Amino acid sequence: MPRFIRDNQDKDGIDRRGFLRCMAWAGTGALWVMEGGILKSFSLSALAKNPTAAAQGQLSFVQISDSHMGFNKAANPDVVATLQAAVAKINALPQTPAFMLHTGDITHLSKPSEFDTVDQVLKDAKPKTIFYVPGEHDVLEDDGKQYLERYGKGTKGNGWYSFDQKGVHFIGLVNVVDLKAGGLGTLGEDQIKWLEDDVRHLKPSTPIIVFAHIPLWSVYPDWGWGTDDSARALGYFKRFGSVTVLNGHIHQVMQKVEGNITFHTAQSTAFPQPAPGTAPSPGPMTVPAERLRSVLGIADVNFIRGRHTLAVTDSTLA
Amino acid sequence: MKKHQWSLRLVGMTLSAFLLAAGSGPLSAVHSEDKAAPNTAVKIDNFSFAPGSITIAAGATVTWTNNDDVPHVVSSDDKSFRSKALDTDDRFSYTFTKPGTYTYYCAIHPKMTAKVVVQ
Repeated sequence: MPRFIRDNQDKDGIDRRGFLRCMAWAGTGALWVMEGGILKSFSLSALAKNPTAAAQGQLSFVQISDSHMGFNKAANPDVVATLQAAVAKINALPQTPAFMLHTGDITHLSKPSEFDTVDQVLKDAKPKTIFYVPGEHDVLEDDGKQYLERYGKGTKGNGWYSFDQKGVHFIGLVNVVDLKAGGLGTLGEDQIKWLEDDVRHLKPSTPIIVFAHIPLWSVYPDWGWGTDDSARALGYFKRFGSVTVLNGHIHQVMQKVEGNITFHTAQSTAFPQPAPGTAPSPGPMTVPAERLRSVLGIADVNFIRGRHTLAVTDSTLA
Repeated sequence: MKKHQWSLRLVGMTLSAFLLAAGSGPLSAVHSEDKAAPNTAVKIDNFSFAPGSITIAAGATVTWTNNDDVPHVVSSDDKSFRSKALDTDDRFSYTFTKPGTYTYYCAIHPKMTAKVVVQ
């Protein structure tokens, strides 16, 4: 057996290097388990044969992102169908998630009809509670007024809030409003002050899950994939034992562990975007139609209390 | 584009010749010259404005066209102008009446920056 694939023997247009590069962002259905700040991964197929406790966590929820309702270009002419496929995927999970998080870019152009369509499609999902944060595409015309009317009940400022579920403290942040020329995502002074107050009363042992649209770490600032004032916000999490940050925006899976904080970005349900620096711009990436669903997906998150263990499973829609 | 620059230069030369002859002549005469200023197009391609810097005469109109698959919002730093969300092939025009340097950016992709210099 040759140790290397020297050239593209299958004549499918994908050589080994290209395949590996693809899989790095496509999300391969791996299960990531975080224990004491160390990421361990298992393949989904191995898990199916021998499920661990992590797969039957005490708190299970699902993250979807970037549904871009209204997008109709070559990269995906039918974003309704792929969102429906995401719902089918969620409904087929062995354990019904307690709720869903939508990490923004619900719509493509902030049109009322686009929001309506997403609401309609998501009604078919088994989890009936959905927590949202806006993406920049949801606050295009009116600084997010419409977004707040629809999803902002009980939130502060531009739509930030926190809640507790089974001992886990969840914080939804907004970093897509009032963006400054030349800059990245912005949280702003008011929100950072609120955040400081929000976590002040928590015990260091409280697991924290933060979710926001644009990554709260510098994924690729040249493409605007980061948040200018995230370091200040993340500073308030230093005394906690387990902090997980879930983002969208970049339409691909990326993960990073920095000290006590684990960062994770989810796939889009609408269209993929290129890996950082591999294209002239971060615009929608068109893949052959038969491959589209293998580069879209959802993230299923399991938490086990007492072990500070969080497992994020990325599954594609294929 | 070259043609525009050339005709601008011509306008400039005519203007300075006129001003030299008239000394501190009436401003209304300058304005009548400005009406001839060419309108200018800026393309939005691959998350950038092209050209990134343009120089126009006061009174000229700049028209932005979005060629990307995602929307962009043309917004001046000082909020003097802001387009609606421009979907693919949508256009936005703004007429610059006062001389000055106008820096602008995309309100949803703020890494995209450019400027219009109005003379």
